[in-house]
Amino acid sequence: MTDFFQLVFSGLATGSIYALTALGFTLLWQASGTVNFATGEFVMLPAFSMLAFMSLGLPLLASFGITMLLSILVLGWGFKRVIVDPLIRHGMMPLIVATIGLSMMMRNGVRAGYSAEAFSFPSLFSDSIFTIAGIRISASDFGTFGFAIVIIFGVQMFIQKTVTGRAMQAVAQNTESATVLGINVKRMVLYTFAINAILATTAALLVTPVYLAKFDMGSGLGFKAFLAAIIGGFSNSRGALLGGLIIGVSENLAGAYVSPAYKDGVALALFMVVILFKPTGLLGKTIERKV
Amino acid sequence: MTTPTKRNTAITVVITACALIVPHFLKSYGLYLLTYWLIYVICTMGLNLIVGYAGQKALGQAAFLGIGAYTSAILLKAGYSFWLALPASGALCFLMGILVGFPALRVQMVYLAFATMGFSELLSLVMRNEEWLTGGTFGISDIPRPSLLGISLDGNVAYYYLVLTCTVIISLLLWGILRSPWGKAFTALRDNPIRAESLGIDIQRYTLLAFAIGSAFAGIAGALFASLVQFIEPSPFNTQISIMMYLMVVIGGPGYFLGPVIGAAIGVLAPEALRFAEGWYLFLFGAIVVGLMLWLPNGLLSIPVLLREKRLAREESSARANFRSLATTKNGGAR
Repeated sequence: MTDFFQLVFSGLATGSIYALTALGFTLLWQASGTVNFATGEFVMLPAFSMLAFMSLGLPLLASFGITMLLSILVLGWGFKRVIVDPLIRHGMMPLIVATIGLSMMMRNGVRAGYSAEAFSFPSLFSDSIFTIAGIRISASDFGTFGFAIVIIFGVQMFIQKTVTGRAMQAVAQNTESATVLGINVKRMVLYTFAINAILATTAALLVTPVYLAKFDMGSGLGFKAFLAAIIGGFSNSRGALLGGLIIGVSENLAGAYVSPAYKDGVALALFMVVILFKPTGLLGKTIERKV
Repeated sequence: MTTPTKRNTAITVVITACALIVPHFLKSYGLYLLTYWLIYVICTMGLNLIVGYAGQKALGQAAFLGIGAYTSAILLKAGYSFWLALPASGALCFLMGILVGFPALRVQMVYLAFATMGFSELLSLVMRNEEWLTGGTFGISDIPRPSLLGISLDGNVAYYYLVLTCTVIISLLLWGILRSPWGKAFTALRDNPIRAESLGIDIQRYTLLAFAIGSAFAGIAGALFASLVQFIEPSPFNTQISIMMYLMVVIGGPGYFLGPVIGAAIGVLAPEALRFAEGWYLFLFGAIVVGLMLWLPNGLLSIPVLLREKRLAREESSARANFRSLATTKNGGAR
């Protein structure tokens, strides 16, 4: 039974990272209708950027800070200006295709321009293990989970409690009325892209010690983030958290008790079941379609 | 309406004539690429039905190609005839298409994209892990080529002609589907789903049907693929290839009948043409895709449409300018 709890807990740690990535994905979708297929690469690139700054002798947290600013500039503002703004009015398909192209560029750019190997990455947390009520929990699992949850709730609070956050919510719910109310829609959408970059960089900081920095580390992560967002419910940003945690835990359990070879298939199975019985996601509300 | 149809017919005739003559001038690698291209044409035509005509986003076409290839290979190795394996591959993919498409197509949006992507991923796991069936990473080798009425199609040229015949039959089939009331319903769905539904078209049933037919095309392409390469293993059917196929359709021009022909040519020949780039090849390809989307969001075959629109706009503006100058001279005369 203690095994079970240990699996659940390390699953929660992985799941919280899925949730971070999924939250960024959901926010982008809500604010601008962007489906970003380069979501995983938006985590991979900051990981390599941090490695680069650390190889210059900077400590981990300083590299994290600089990378965060760079991410906001490049993956937030740059991505919006260069890719999203010109394409969004042509409908969803060109944008999806462009982000697929972008993910190929990022992944293979790193592979060809830097290295195809996996690099170890220092963890924020010590690798000690402590025991609570007979359950052994590693400090890094605990730290990862805690850090991710703090960031997710921080973003939630920002969106729900501040004026800016509420304006962002208004834009997500109804762009036209938000414009009428005098909200600067463009700026709010830009903020969303910036938050997405922040979430991706944080996810990179937390996930890379486990996954190692590799050019293709983003593909699995990005895909699970999509599924987490849908399982939890696209229309609700709390859904991303729930979806991420569910996937993380059930993957771990299935890997241990059912079949390690099919661990990566669990997320898909959950996704299929959820959309079969509750297409709007677990926390989603039915949205009336617009004619 | 007649001119584009006539032009399409002319283009089709020219392409067919070239396709008949060209293999005699090619070395074996060229012939292999040409056959490979035709198989990709069948596969991406199916995808074009899903993406271009039914307006869905499917990122798992390579998985269906894989199901077709493995089904055919397993049946052929068990001693069954190719002429049984070929339709069996198509039929199995049709059924799998319904199984995957049913949950995903109950909701619109991009759910099918994720469901198919996940399916592609899952199928790679099955191919790699179920060694008793698929041979694992070692794959299945020595897949035989068929013979027809006692004539062996073992030779590269003979096999090429078989694939060519299949491609033509399948194109005609697709052409027929698109001209039938069914096909009209598909396009109506893509252009305005809500209106189509109010006219009595059952959205779910039609998109599901389009998806299953498109998947069956991939299954048939897979059966042809298995006998072409004669050795299959999981890697040509992974998610990256699925995504590549989607890109081929989009680059060629989704919803254009000949779009996949161009898209597949780019997909098959690009690795050859971009060989100078070495490791940077996929980076370059990605960059081209992004650039192309920014420049031509509706694919290469939208260029003529774009040019026509530009010409019309220019004519209109010059007409307006003429009118204005006419008006000012008149006004001037009156004053």
